[in-house]
Amino acid sequence: MQTAQLLEIRNIEKRFGGLTALADVSLTIKRNEIYGLIGPNGAGKTTLFNVLTGLYVPDRGEFEFDGASLVGLKPYRVAESGIARTFQNIRLFGNMTAMENVMVGRHVRTHAGAIGAILRTRRTRDEEAAIRSRSGELLGYVGIGQLAGALSRNLSYGDQRRLEIARALATEPKLLALDEPAAGMNATETAELRRLLVKIRDDGVTILLIEHDVKLVMGLCDRVAVLDYGRKIAEGEPARVQKDPEVVRAYLGGALP
Amino acid sequence: MGDWIERLEKLRSHRAAPWMGIALIVVTLMILPFALASVGTAWVRITNLAILFALLSLGLNIVVGFAGLLDLGYIAFYAVGAYCYALLASPHFGLHLPFWIILPIGAAVACVFGVLLGAPTLKLRGDYLAIVTLGFGEIVRVFLNNLSQPVNITNGPQGVTLIDPFRIGKIDFSRTDNLLGLAFSGPIKYYYLLLVVLVVAIVINLRLQNSRLGRAWVAIREDEIAAQAMGINTRNVKLLAFAMGASFGGVAGGIFAATQGFISPESFVFVESIMVLSMVVLGGMGNVWGVILGAILLSFVPEILRYTVEPAQKALFGRLLIEPEVIRMLLFGLALVLMMLYRPAGLWPSKRRKREFSEADHS
Repeated sequence: MQTAQLLEIRNIEKRFGGLTALADVSLTIKRNEIYGLIGPNGAGKTTLFNVLTGLYVPDRGEFEFDGASLVGLKPYRVAESGIARTFQNIRLFGNMTAMENVMVGRHVRTHAGAIGAILRTRRTRDEEAAIRSRSGELLGYVGIGQLAGALSRNLSYGDQRRLEIARALATEPKLLALDEPAAGMNATETAELRRLLVKIRDDGVTILLIEHDVKLVMGLCDRVAVLDYGRKIAEGEPARVQKDPEVVRAYLGGALP
Repeated sequence: MGDWIERLEKLRSHRAAPWMGIALIVVTLMILPFALASVGTAWVRITNLAILFALLSLGLNIVVGFAGLLDLGYIAFYAVGAYCYALLASPHFGLHLPFWIILPIGAAVACVFGVLLGAPTLKLRGDYLAIVTLGFGEIVRVFLNNLSQPVNITNGPQGVTLIDPFRIGKIDFSRTDNLLGLAFSGPIKYYYLLLVVLVVAIVINLRLQNSRLGRAWVAIREDEIAAQAMGINTRNVKLLAFAMGASFGGVAGGIFAATQGFISPESFVFVESIMVLSMVVLGGMGNVWGVILGAILLSFVPEILRYTVEPAQKALFGRLLIEPEVIRMLLFGLALVLMMLYRPAGLWPSKRRKREFSEADHS
């Protein structure tokens, strides 16, 4: 049974000492949509990501992802259940090649253990070959196939962002959570990124997107939510949200006449 | 001269060159103990000890080199393996199990100790982990020293004596056998056995390095949070590194106990942990061949000094001015300082380590 909604976040609250980073945030992400999460700096977007992917435990509230609760799961279990993420400040394995980075992403969907590796059984060798070929495919998919052998820390900024997406896709996610993927990109790179995201969505992966580039969000997302000081102040279609007086106030400050 | 180089190049590019190289190494290793024995049996023993240290270094390489977990108490696993063997094959308890049963037991018990050390230290990194592992190594030694009361298990500081040598069928590793006109002494037999174990250890190391697990270890070393986000169960993967590393120590310890015939807690002091770690760091963390090189160098150079420094001083000054031990430590310190200055990634670093250190240079 597949419901229309993939992820339901209910009344999430997260406090750091006296600071309430997230207050009673609820949102629902439907299957196969691109869902944008915007808001001024410090609004709690990344905190929500960290709570969602198990890095932080929320003080209150819950999520239901694909019919199962995720609250309190360790990050690796979250990845196992089908949420993959990228990081705002790129976190690649710098001294591994692009190929190896993606191969690490295959970890969660493969099984070879120590014994298999030591005895180099038929099954392990086959699996290893499959990991390699799939990783190569994914590098091609995001458009950096020719850079497979390059060290990830030597890649250009835009290519590193792509590589992070390829690595996340290697975990076969149902939901791909991207933390500011267009940050630091020029206009051409942003346009390419946008095409890539549409392609990923068309191939059946739901996307949750944090982004500062309002133009990108507005043109790309099916629905957006706006966070401000840890509260959700608006949600809906981009064009409607854009005109919401509360949103305008959050971004520009003060009341407009 | 140019003719020679040309010929050498031709030889190198020959299709069979790698096989010839391997054959050459094998033959050398086969003849080596007899050549050493003709100089003195002591040198065969020293070589055996060097191979044992190479085994230890390969084990520690998994923990430190692959997974990046700094372990300063590694010798504890060596001790665990040695005591396993000593207690199960000596008059102390009257048990005399054959070695091929005890070595796996020793490896398994060391594994358990590896997990015991790993479990409480999962959240620690770097300096903090180093301190805890250091403490762990000391705790094991203190236990061995004191577990003679109320029930005598380890026989305390006196250690365990009369440990059985290895026996394979009728071949006794403590006696000399003559075969094809060659005298196979005890140390020479252990040498061949150790060589086999070393080859197995190398194969295991290399295969782990290029596996799903090996990648997971490197990923954890590079960025633990990203590794978790990619679905790596960092807890299990780290524990596995500790356990696998420890099992190498356990096996090496068992063979050590058999070759010595006597062990006491004194053989497993903190300095030995540092020694093994130095071998790994000096040789080149993460690179199997570098680590072995480090073990061989640090095992042999002190012995060579021991045999040359004393006679040299006596010949030059007529008496002994500086103890060989003092010179050994001096040179050891100097070597480490020079290493850190000029080859921080090790004598024979892995490609990855080289990159890490070159990054540090550029930034």
